[in-house]
Amino acid sequence: MHEMSICESILGLLQEQAQAQNFSRVDRICLEIGPLSGVEVEALKFGFDVVMRGTLAEGARLDIIEPEGKAWCMPCGQTVTIEQRFDACPECGSHQLQVTGGDELRVKELEVN
Amino acid sequence: MCTVCGCGEGEVRIHGGDHHHHDTGHGHEHHHGHHHEHGHGHHHHDHDSGAHHYGEGPAGASVPGMSQTRLIQLEQDILSKNNTYAAGNRQLFAERGILALNLVSSPGSGKTTLLVKTIEMLADRFRPCVIEGDQQTSADADRIRATGAPAVQVNTGKGCHLDGHMVGHALEQLPLSDGGIVFIENVGNLVCPAAFDLGEAHKVAILSVTEGEDKPLKYPDMFAASDLVLLNKTDLLPHLDFDMDVAIANARKVNPQVKVLRVSARSGEGMGAWCAWIEAARAMQLAGHPAGEAAQ
Repeated sequence: MHEMSICESILGLLQEQAQAQNFSRVDRICLEIGPLSGVEVEALKFGFDVVMRGTLAEGARLDIIEPEGKAWCMPCGQTVTIEQRFDACPECGSHQLQVTGGDELRVKELEVN
Repeated sequence: MCTVCGCGEGEVRIHGGDHHHHDTGHGHEHHHGHHHEHGHGHHHHDHDSGAHHYGEGPAGASVPGMSQTRLIQLEQDILSKNNTYAAGNRQLFAERGILALNLVSSPGSGKTTLLVKTIEMLADRFRPCVIEGDQQTSADADRIRATGAPAVQVNTGKGCHLDGHMVGHALEQLPLSDGGIVFIENVGNLVCPAAFDLGEAHKVAILSVTEGEDKPLKYPDMFAASDLVLLNKTDLLPHLDFDMDVAIANARKVNPQVKVLRVSARSGEGMGAWCAWIEAARAMQLAGHPAGEAAQ
């Protein structure tokens, strides 16, 4: 359950940006969270409302982009799509996979005023 | 100058029908003929004076069809702040030739007992220091201090993991020696500590054989983030159905490069190999560092 501290980190980032870019309200926040980032999106949504209460982002709309998990399969020599870290390559069944995408955990954009 | 149309401040121009006033003081400012539309669902005029205001939004200007809300493309990692603290810790470790290991496991895997034994085996050569993370109590730090090694207890309260900032402050309180070793015993939790870099050289996951061979699949993030897995409490194997090969295969499914050692803090099995791994990791950390050259 570190989704709560992830939300605290997001709030810290918003407060920093509010000073740097001179805004006082956040209307919408767009996050990119990959399936391999270790963050549970539903738990994050819950924590988001709680943490943002009484702040510049209270009531802000939360949009979440969930990119696909990608890995480089060494035996196949190509990029394949995976859902979890222990998935086998869907082409050859090997576990010799190097995760190349899907561990994103970032704030993509903000709508502010 | 008006940022929308480029006309000058306070400029009044009247060309047949299309009038263009700013600050004319007649209490009903017009701002282009085409801004006179009503009934399009939003208000630009204040009802008392009848004045129309287009420049009071945050942008200080109005463009038809665009809201004054700004869109900021940030593309910033949510954990960037933690990563900054972790990078600071990592730099400190590099400057002083210190090997830092982040020990992660579920509660009850035998981390502290293993650490106590490890310190007893290494203490005369490497002056290890310990940062102990737990939600509450200083019981673990007390156990470490009983070995003679300096230890700082970090109580995370409701927190489920140590972060780079906590570790940075804990380091300030430790009598670090150049070329030494810092063990960071994370909060017993196989989920959250995976995401928080502390500046360590390696994460070491400890899995006791009483826990079941499927742990690496149940908690893949942690095993993916670790460079070494210690299968602990092997002295209990005769009493269990634990399949060592399956456990190792599962760890490799999640992390094909991971190294696995079988250890028992109690019987001493594998402790030599574990200490050899630490020494090798320390040698890597010291490569090119003055403290390493002085030792030779």
